[in-house]
Amino acid sequence: MPPPEHPPSGNRAKCDVSLTVNGELKTVRVYPMERLLDTLREQLGLTGAKEGCGEGECGSCSVLMNGMLVNSCLIPILQAKNANVVTIEGLASGAQLSHLQEAFLRFGGAQCGICTPGMILAASHLLKKKPEPTLEEIREGLSGNLCRCTGYIQIFEAVVEASRLATTSRSAR
Amino acid sequence: MRSDPANYQLVAPGSLQAVVSLLAEDPGAWMPIAGGTDVMVQYAAGKLPARKLVSIWNLPELRRIEVLPDEIQIGAGCTYTNLREHAVLQPEFSLLASAASWTGGIANQNRGTLGGNIVNASPAADSLPALLVSDAALILISVRGERRLPYADFHTSYKKMKLAPDELIRAVCLPRRFSEYVAYTRKVGARNAQAISKVCIAALGRVAGGVVDDIRIAVGSVAPVPVRLVKTEQLLKGKRYDSSLLVMAKQAATAEIQPIDDIRSTAKYRAAVTGNLVAEFLDKLGASGHGQTA
Repeated sequence: MPPPEHPPSGNRAKCDVSLTVNGELKTVRVYPMERLLDTLREQLGLTGAKEGCGEGECGSCSVLMNGMLVNSCLIPILQAKNANVVTIEGLASGAQLSHLQEAFLRFGGAQCGICTPGMILAASHLLKKKPEPTLEEIREGLSGNLCRCTGYIQIFEAVVEASRLATTSRSAR
Repeated sequence: MRSDPANYQLVAPGSLQAVVSLLAEDPGAWMPIAGGTDVMVQYAAGKLPARKLVSIWNLPELRRIEVLPDEIQIGAGCTYTNLREHAVLQPEFSLLASAASWTGGIANQNRGTLGGNIVNASPAADSLPALLVSDAALILISVRGERRLPYADFHTSYKKMKLAPDELIRAVCLPRRFSEYVAYTRKVGARNAQAISKVCIAALGRVAGGVVDDIRIAVGSVAPVPVRLVKTEQLLKGKRYDSSLLVMAKQAATAEIQPIDDIRSTAKYRAAVTGNLVAEFLDKLGASGHGQTA
């Protein structure tokens, strides 16, 4: 076990936290209770993750932390120390969109766009665990992400399409 | 009013031993935070009384699930996702795995922990009836050592529990002696996902030769803490299963609880639904004879 880096009797001071964000190692100077969401948006300029409810109900702040879908509004930055965080900005490679992003565009899965980054990350988490999900599994996988525009149907269709695109490109290889 | 992080302290000592030592230095001064699915919500609303927090997220000592011959010991820091995906828990403790699947969306299941659900002590916590009906025990740890007590004795009244200020829940132990019982669980809420329960039930039972040989029923959201329907159980035990027993069970369960009206439901609705759920369980029990079904 590594020795504690934050002395138990330390005062309410800022500390340095290093984490990998979209493949790049970053070090931020933060109050340890600062929310990961705020660090991403305000210190790192990654405004893809949105603040909706601020209490873990709506999913618009979803990011992947060590491969797990999480609500970044519920994560004190100290708990993201040494973590590998992926935001929506990290999903495309350059101008090349991911299958999910392409499918969301094609099927009208994004309207106002507030839920979209979280929705796409939740879908990518789902497809990683279940590459060919049933409709029920898609519904469950996205149940923590609220959308007030689409009525969800276009989103579900986009996820089915992304799954199909991924399967096709896997079998083509 | 949003909380200002400058007013809060958070430390992450990194080992269970270091955390309990810190708790012992100044008992009650430090609030443990695991996945933050409750604590950070209070924090966001400016309603977190604690100013000093200690992270217990991802402590390896709290993330283990140990399968022993007589029981399964689940580290208190295991997430709902861990519970849902575990190869033994999933089939053998379907009550707990189902409760885990109902709790929040996937992101919250990836962060919310079993220990946190117990300590947060919401009367509507979905995992608690499953623990109560399964005769779960808790292992509590502090610098003074470990002690074990039945979960049934842990929650004493609304948000009150037998946890000393310097203690943490280390593990939740589930005995394996009910693995052949018929298991039934159901949550009734406004929606299936992401909704807090109006009523949540977990039950185990066994029928032998057409007679209710053993029956155990626990209900959440109908009292300040989850309750066993002891009177209903006693009434049903040893009785031959038939349609009149269903009616009797329904009446007994409805009469046994004293729920309240609140923002999510009414006392009348909760009592009626509890009766219906008990009848549904009995129906399943009668139909199955023996052996566990989902």
